[in-house]
Amino acid sequence: MESRGSSLHGYGGIMKRYLKTIILFWNTSLAVQLEYQLNFAIELIAMIGTLSGSIFILSLFFTQNNTLGGWSWEAALVVQGIYTLLDGVTNTWLRPNLTEIVNYVREGTLDFVLIKPIDSQFWLSTRTLSPAGIPEITLGLFLIFWALKKSGAIIGLKTLISSSVMLLTGIIILYSLWFLIAATSIWFVKTWNATEVLRAILAAGRFPISAYPTTLRLIFTLLIPITFLTTVPANMFLGREDIHMMLLGISLAIIFFYISRLFWLFAVKHYTSASS
Amino acid sequence: MKVAGLSKRIIRSLLSTQYANMLEYRVEIALWALSGVLPFIMLTLWSNNDAGSVFGFSQLDLSRYFLSAFLVRQFSVVWVVFSFEEDALLGKLSPYLLQPLHPLWRYVSSHLAEQLTRLPFAVIIAAIFFLFNPESFWIPSIGKFCLAWLATLLSFSISFLLQSLIAAFCFWSEKASAFERLLFVPYLFLSGLLAPLDSFPPSVLKLAAWTPFPYLINFPAKILSDLNVNLLGGFISQIIWILILLPLVIISWKAGVRHYTAMGA
Repeated sequence: MESRGSSLHGYGGIMKRYLKTIILFWNTSLAVQLEYQLNFAIELIAMIGTLSGSIFILSLFFTQNNTLGGWSWEAALVVQGIYTLLDGVTNTWLRPNLTEIVNYVREGTLDFVLIKPIDSQFWLSTRTLSPAGIPEITLGLFLIFWALKKSGAIIGLKTLISSSVMLLTGIIILYSLWFLIAATSIWFVKTWNATEVLRAILAAGRFPISAYPTTLRLIFTLLIPITFLTTVPANMFLGREDIHMMLLGISLAIIFFYISRLFWLFAVKHYTSASS
Repeated sequence: MKVAGLSKRIIRSLLSTQYANMLEYRVEIALWALSGVLPFIMLTLWSNNDAGSVFGFSQLDLSRYFLSAFLVRQFSVVWVVFSFEEDALLGKLSPYLLQPLHPLWRYVSSHLAEQLTRLPFAVIIAAIFFLFNPESFWIPSIGKFCLAWLATLLSFSISFLLQSLIAAFCFWSEKASAFERLLFVPYLFLSGLLAPLDSFPPSVLKLAAWTPFPYLINFPAKILSDLNVNLLGGFISQIIWILILLPLVIISWKAGVRHYTAMGA
């Protein structure tokens, strides 16, 4: 049935179907979540507190020096803004979806996901959307552009395109890291703590990578590519394009995404369902 | 003889059962210990940018401070609100309330058991730290070590009482753990986990001193790392906070239990 449908409509038909599914998913989940208004207010206060706290910590590094790892105060604020934006993306998209996988495994409902006529990784990754991160995304964007204006950077079309590309690259890497950990829940039922470890390490992205010692910089570039989450997009926004870093980032994003895909297929193959 | 509902026998059986329970979760606890690496990341930032000299911290002071902050955090982590919320939602709370023992004691014992399970992992992480930073190795004097241990225990008590106060909201609301976020944010920035409080500007320092947070990490960590610290003032502040929080917790729990109708009723 499915193969006949797709051969009739071609890839455009598939894309349309997936697009329609995603819009349906996200409309319903946002409506449900907005009912918890108190939660929303708390999240908002916590977010503002977190951002002011981390800007305060950042300011401590500027009491004597004018730069941190060669970054000016305004430039470092762009990094903070991107971190906040990505944190918002995590809370809106990644966390609500990927932390659910473990429940599907435990309750055996993953079986139903696997037999759906839609790719399981797609279904699990896009099932829901939470408004929790929307204020963070807004505030992050605001901070980025405010700090850019302060630093006197000129945002042309070229800058906007390259920074959007690198931001997307960062999001793909972030997604792949999260998904890799979430996929291990096929074997281990408790992965909540593993995501906490990931979060703790990702927090290093609040600061420009050049502020870290060399060994750590290498690890953060190749092994856990935090560099490409915040520092590289910030460099793009500031008009400091570096074609080598761009290419490396895009390649790493493709590699990490591919690994997450392979790992998921491997995990599903080993999935034996909850009751067997 | 019973004190606050506790006898020797009850304490022993609570601790041994909870420890056996926690041993089942060794992997999770090891990962959890690992998720406390934030002080180490901050240490690399502070020392790589030579930012400690502004407030009179040498490189050695910095690495000792942040290792101590890591250790103090490991043994003062509190999660009672999450555990309690789950028990309240699943209806496990009702039988606990019937027992002639305050339910909070059960959570205290599971925290202590969890700390004991965590101990070897914390030691391993500290050993790895010294492997990479052999020059920062130090052994605190017995006196300092005992004082630091006491300060950590008091820090744990303050955190536990603060979270129990929030947990008491569970009697009224189904989502009390959301309020914990409001506690965690100031804790993260004012406790000294990310930066020693000596680095704060005087105005912020003055403000922070009015909150319980600096006494949760900064104070015990400074004792352990053998840095200059006002011992008497710190311990007095810790005890004052416990004296403030303890009656509040007892009152709100009494009111909460009276209000409690169990989930689904």
